[in-house]
Amino acid sequence: MAEGIKNKVAIIGMGCTRFGELWDKSTEDLIVEAYKEAAEDAGIGIKDIDAAWYASCVEEHNAGKGGIALARALKLPNIPVTRVENFCTSGTEAIRGACYGVASGACDVALALGVEKLKDTGFGGLPDVATVSGVEQQFYYPNLTAPSMFAQIANAYRAKYGLTREEIKRILARISWKSHQNGADSPRAHLRRPPSIEAIINAPIIADPLGLFDCCGVSDGAAAAIIVRADIAKDFRPDPSYVKALQLSLTPSRGIGHQSWDGVHLESTRVSGVKAYEEAGIKNPREELSLMEVHDCFSISELITCESLQISPIGKAGKDVEDGFYDFDGKIPCQSDGGLKCFGHPIGASGIRMAYEIYKQLQGKAEPKERQLKQDMRLGLTHNHGGICGSMVCSVAIFGNEL
Amino acid sequence: MVGITSYGAYIPRYRLNRKIIFSAMGWFDSATAGAARGEKAVANYDEDTVTMAVAAAQDCLNGCVREDIGGLYLASTTAPYLERQNAAICAAALALRPDIRTADFGASLKSGTSALISACDAVRLEGMKSFLVCAADSRQGKTGSNMEYTFGDGAAAFTVGKDDVIVELKGSHSVSRDFVDHRRMQEERFIHGWEARWIRDEGYVKIMSEAVVGLLEKYSMKIGDFAKVAISCPVDGALKYLSKKLGIEADRLQDNLIGNVGDTGSALAPMMLVAALEEAKPGDKILVVGYGNGCDVLFLEVTGQIEKARDRMGIKGHLSQKAELDNYLKYLVFRDLIPLEVGVRAEEAPRVRLSVVYREGKTIASLQGSRCKMCGTPQFPAQRVCINPDCGATDQMEDYVFCDKIGHITSFTGDGLASSISPPAIYGLIDFDEGGRLYLDITDCELDSLKVGIPVKMNFRRRYADKRRSIYAYFWKAVPILEKNA
Repeated sequence: MAEGIKNKVAIIGMGCTRFGELWDKSTEDLIVEAYKEAAEDAGIGIKDIDAAWYASCVEEHNAGKGGIALARALKLPNIPVTRVENFCTSGTEAIRGACYGVASGACDVALALGVEKLKDTGFGGLPDVATVSGVEQQFYYPNLTAPSMFAQIANAYRAKYGLTREEIKRILARISWKSHQNGADSPRAHLRRPPSIEAIINAPIIADPLGLFDCCGVSDGAAAAIIVRADIAKDFRPDPSYVKALQLSLTPSRGIGHQSWDGVHLESTRVSGVKAYEEAGIKNPREELSLMEVHDCFSISELITCESLQISPIGKAGKDVEDGFYDFDGKIPCQSDGGLKCFGHPIGASGIRMAYEIYKQLQGKAEPKERQLKQDMRLGLTHNHGGICGSMVCSVAIFGNEL
Repeated sequence: MVGITSYGAYIPRYRLNRKIIFSAMGWFDSATAGAARGEKAVANYDEDTVTMAVAAAQDCLNGCVREDIGGLYLASTTAPYLERQNAAICAAALALRPDIRTADFGASLKSGTSALISACDAVRLEGMKSFLVCAADSRQGKTGSNMEYTFGDGAAAFTVGKDDVIVELKGSHSVSRDFVDHRRMQEERFIHGWEARWIRDEGYVKIMSEAVVGLLEKYSMKIGDFAKVAISCPVDGALKYLSKKLGIEADRLQDNLIGNVGDTGSALAPMMLVAALEEAKPGDKILVVGYGNGCDVLFLEVTGQIEKARDRMGIKGHLSQKAELDNYLKYLVFRDLIPLEVGVRAEEAPRVRLSVVYREGKTIASLQGSRCKMCGTPQFPAQRVCINPDCGATDQMEDYVFCDKIGHITSFTGDGLASSISPPAIYGLIDFDEGGRLYLDITDCELDSLKVGIPVKMNFRRRYADKRRSIYAYFWKAVPILEKNA
């Protein structure tokens, strides 16, 4: 295997706006807000930035294509700005771009910024796959929406591991309940009113068996990170986060075209997890990771991800969920800020928002103070996945507070 | 010998009990109580005459060699396009050869029988091995009208040829009359009529008896020589009077399908013929009367080959598979008769790019993918690099059509978020029994009737109706195979 990114670059500043239905804020407002916090946090100015990677996914109705929206909003001084888009991994892709840019020596200080204003679509949920996947795929695929793709995974999981509908509903509700508890304390989160387990179970069905509270918030928001070489990170601050692993895996779409996929776990998650642990030198993730932010676009997606990332045994994450293993005070807190579920999911910003939570928790600076995790904070993992179930892109990033 | 070599039919799954129409609209015209008997077949929201014709043709082509088909005639008064050949859409969907003759027959309700006669002529005069004839209609009467009760949706299809003929066309006789009982001009949706009593006396009875007598005289036959007489007269009273006048015994009169399907226009005589063939014995003579601005009369004789063509859904099979459309407003929505708030999400429907649809023609029209010559794995859409993880060969593909293959449901869901005329949108992963996997819409079913493992067949349906740009875009959907739906 290649040498990898471990300990070559570090994050020295981060920013994240409030997520939610930000009717009164423009893309420009969100970009400036996220950047301002990150720059102040890093103690740098706009002239210090050598290059920028800008993530947005379905922003055509707002900021348009290309990197210009970022350059214009921040008045970046004639530096390279690259827009990246790779479904729900877009934010993490911006971090990857910035990290690789710095690690290559092409730049010393790089900005990764993701933004999304989904609430200007005019409807709930993400746009249909047909509107974002190209003309040919208008025909090849049904009018797929995210909840129903994951509903099929939930039904396949239930069938494979012999759970009743009631059993899986209860496990999934427990996942959402935990994230709502965390989100309620998270000042910048989108959804802050925690429902009861019973309310979650009995919520209106979006795509059976997934109900309203199994689905994450669809939000506006932005997040930013400043990346520098690891060897100069401490010149900026005493407590940088070092990048330990950045992995991306795309399946060759076998899941939707070949009968070998069982319709449950996502191969791209497993592969990117294995590679990320190898890159970071992690032998036993269940023992070594301090916290995780996984792509819980739906409750079922968190369940299968915790298994694919080797934290819980395959087919048995439900037990860890119900035992509180992933709770705020559990062994590995998962979604300590509320996750996509409650913090919200402005696609281009989500991967960077996850890194923001890891970064703050590793520094011991989560706000308000009650949100600071008490466990030993050393290594945190972020995970995103997107696309069509069976034809996915998946990213895993690992950050640590020690070299 | 020239004649029919195979037959098939299609009746949409939804049936509307006419009492439901009456309970919704009887207040407006209580005289329609007389028409409020039985039920009518109603095309699903994603069906039209082209999709129904393709479905009937699939039933008919069961086991036939498509490469032998040298032409396709489509008869319909309600084909979706006035300019863009509807028969060509059907031919593409059925994966027929490109070097064939296609034509639309329309405007008259007798276009179904006229197309059948013309196809026989093509075979007889030009030596074509096989010719496909489809007839389909989905006519619309105005809300509350007698026509709304009477009209039904359906289709029939035949192949015509010289070899393995199951029903010989012994002769025909036609009459043309500008008798305007029903009419509809370009850009009109609804059909206009005239006084029913005039249509009965001067139209059905006079024109049809004149044409039948004409045929009997031409071939020196008596009406009693025919084992079955199929007369496309949708009015029971007129049919009774006519058969009495012609001397047709009650048990030899073919049921006109009005009680359980409705008046299917240009498809009515062809559908009645299919129903007659389902019961026919070798040697039976059948008289088919197709009515509309005159009349076509066909003199047919069943051969010993008829037993080879029994494995069809036909009329009987489709009649047994139905779901009640128990809601008049749902019927109005399915047939696009009232404005429906589809929501902002539905307004986002992407533009259909015709150049892409044409380039991807076989992929979209006939669900053509590829099969790897090295490992035999079918795949969709056609791939250059084999999808099988144990193979991965490059450029070793051959064409492979999925539209006639049977699959089963591997996963499914009812999607309450996706925009749909009939929510929830039902779709899932379909695994084909001979290999290959597709994500497909599942139609003609209720969510709670589905289970993993249920077999499905492929049905050509309307995928997008982009009225702003006059584009109906078609694709394939999975339809669950119920007990008899082989």
